Amino acid sequence: MSDRSELQERGATTVGATTTFDRRGERRRFSQLTRGDKSVLWLIVGIPTLIHLVFVWIPAIATVVLSFTDWDGLSPVSQIGLVGFQNYWEIFTVFRSDVVSAGINNGFLVVFLFVGPTAFGVLLAYLLDKNLRGGRIYQSIYYLPVVLSLAVVGFIWKSVMYSPSQGVISTVLGRTGSGEQIDWLGDQTHAFGFGDYGISKNFLAILVAMAWRHVGYIMVLYLAGLKSVDPSLREASAIDGCNEWQAFRRVVFPAMKPINVVVGVITVIEALRAFDIVFALKSPRGMDLLSILVTDNLIGEGGGNVGRGSGYGVILLLLCLGFIIWYLANNIRQERRS
Amino acid sequence: MTLAVVGDVFSPTPDNRPRVRTRDRVMRGGLHLFLIVMAIGWLIPVVGAIYSSLRPYDETSRKGFLSLPDTLTLQNYRDAWGQGQMRHHYWMTALIVIPAVLITLLLSSLVAFGVSRFTWRLNIVLLLLFTAGNLLPQQVIAQPLFQMYKRIPLPGFLSDTGYMLGSTAGLVTIHVAFQIGFCTFVLSNYMKTLPAELTEAAMIDGAGVLRQFWQVTLPLCRPALAALATLEFTWVFNDFFWAVLLENQGADRPITSSLANLGGQFFTNDNLVAAGSMLVAFPTILVYLLLQRQFVSGLTLGASKG
Repeated sequence: MSDRSELQERGATTVGATTTFDRRGERRRFSQLTRGDKSVLWLIVGIPTLIHLVFVWIPAIATVVLSFTDWDGLSPVSQIGLVGFQNYWEIFTVFRSDVVSAGINNGFLVVFLFVGPTAFGVLLAYLLDKNLRGGRIYQSIYYLPVVLSLAVVGFIWKSVMYSPSQGVISTVLGRTGSGEQIDWLGDQTHAFGFGDYGISKNFLAILVAMAWRHVGYIMVLYLAGLKSVDPSLREASAIDGCNEWQAFRRVVFPAMKPINVVVGVITVIEALRAFDIVFALKSPRGMDLLSILVTDNLIGEGGGNVGRGSGYGVILLLLCLGFIIWYLANNIRQERRS
Repeated sequence: MTLAVVGDVFSPTPDNRPRVRTRDRVMRGGLHLFLIVMAIGWLIPVVGAIYSSLRPYDETSRKGFLSLPDTLTLQNYRDAWGQGQMRHHYWMTALIVIPAVLITLLLSSLVAFGVSRFTWRLNIVLLLLFTAGNLLPQQVIAQPLFQMYKRIPLPGFLSDTGYMLGSTAGLVTIHVAFQIGFCTFVLSNYMKTLPAELTEAAMIDGAGVLRQFWQVTLPLCRPALAALATLEFTWVFNDFFWAVLLENQGADRPITSSLANLGGQFFTNDNLVAAGSMLVAFPTILVYLLLQRQFVSGLTLGASKG
């Protein structure tokens, strides 16, 4: 990887640095500008910020507000009535089984992504960082699924890997005969369960397809991080007699803290916003997710319940919020240090 | 432990070296073997999709997937192209992706350029706002956004429906609003690496901020813009959620979200679906193969994408 472009070298350094702001006054002070320049600056920063606020942050706040109302989305906005926590009460009583099974699936997805594809992506990055011959080719192959949309990934796995009658997996297992076929994506019985809830077999099947795409993503991010670790750290740990695992665990991994945070946050958020692949497969039972519950209350068959749909959205928001704040706090801390 | 160290110290060096080298070579060999096996496994879904898409359905269902082909044909591609009305959906995709990527890059480079001139405090508030917005799951804002889109009127030349809901302009808007965050973040990091003297010199020569931006800063950001353009192209092209939600009538959906049309009600031709998937995947795979370096550097420049 000696032919890395200038850009990638810059990239390797900015990965660790995250948001960087200039504090030391290298840039010109705003007050030194002419009045015309000042108003132009306000405009070029203000207009995009306004677009972002109107279409991202105002809806985000509106979700919270609407979750306390009984709005059906049809009656005029002026007639929206506040109902307090009634939507949440309904979600956790009447629709309890929906939200619990979706929550279990989302939670399992978080854990699975960490111990499966995220860990494996880190391992691949670590191995490819050894500058093996052909490393670039390996990297290209592992990364390929990342450029596909999750919906397309779903269709490819459905038609090629998981087709009961002629799929690759059934063919390899020799289960393509008419009486012995396995309905990989349709079987909603629990692979392991607790009480009425559990993880369905078809959900496990779809996790494999998601993992296929997630590994390459993490690998590329981590590889960039590894390249930015000071090589003298590793040399020092080798001289001190660390074996490879100790050197990674005690020296390299802690030195990569910024990128670890990025990878951690990405993994959690990906797990919580997972939607495309399940929706593209027409949301089979057993693959319930919080994101699906939000949209079911919007465009689904029982649609038109803005209040309850927003309630599900708020649950999703609360689950993400901690991680987003953690990420931002980490950014600011880094900034202070630099 | 102590014994081993003592033994190491006293053992003659020439005896030791070749052994280590052989062990190293075996290790490397094992590593390559592992990586090759994994790489082959990784390619199975895509190669398998290409293979089955080139074969007629009744042949694979009769002979099984693991069999030599009697006929290789593009018929599945023709059928998918026609049944999926892919020409129309590709056209809709172009109408969404091209403006969305261009507007996103323009606006975010303006913001990145602008915030560097403000005080540090305002600067950090804005960038945190954008970063956090970019990390929000889309579903969190889906309900209110849908209701907003239903009620915001648009002039006829921008929307057939008369409202943002169901219009191409509406989809472009939400992509721009969401993606500005990531691009601003990357570009402001990149602009920081440029020497401040350049714009200072331009200012002393009498150039206003817009001219400094357009003639000095922007041309220097070309590598970062190229990297972001490839990434953003892929992300907007691959969007499924917004298209399903906001293009709620279906007929004018961009290509990725129109794939569902191929699945028949009762009978699904797997080879046809594979061909359709490959047709949809083709542009992103092509961009990736041609511009791999831009792709990877864009991702690592940001490393913040959720």
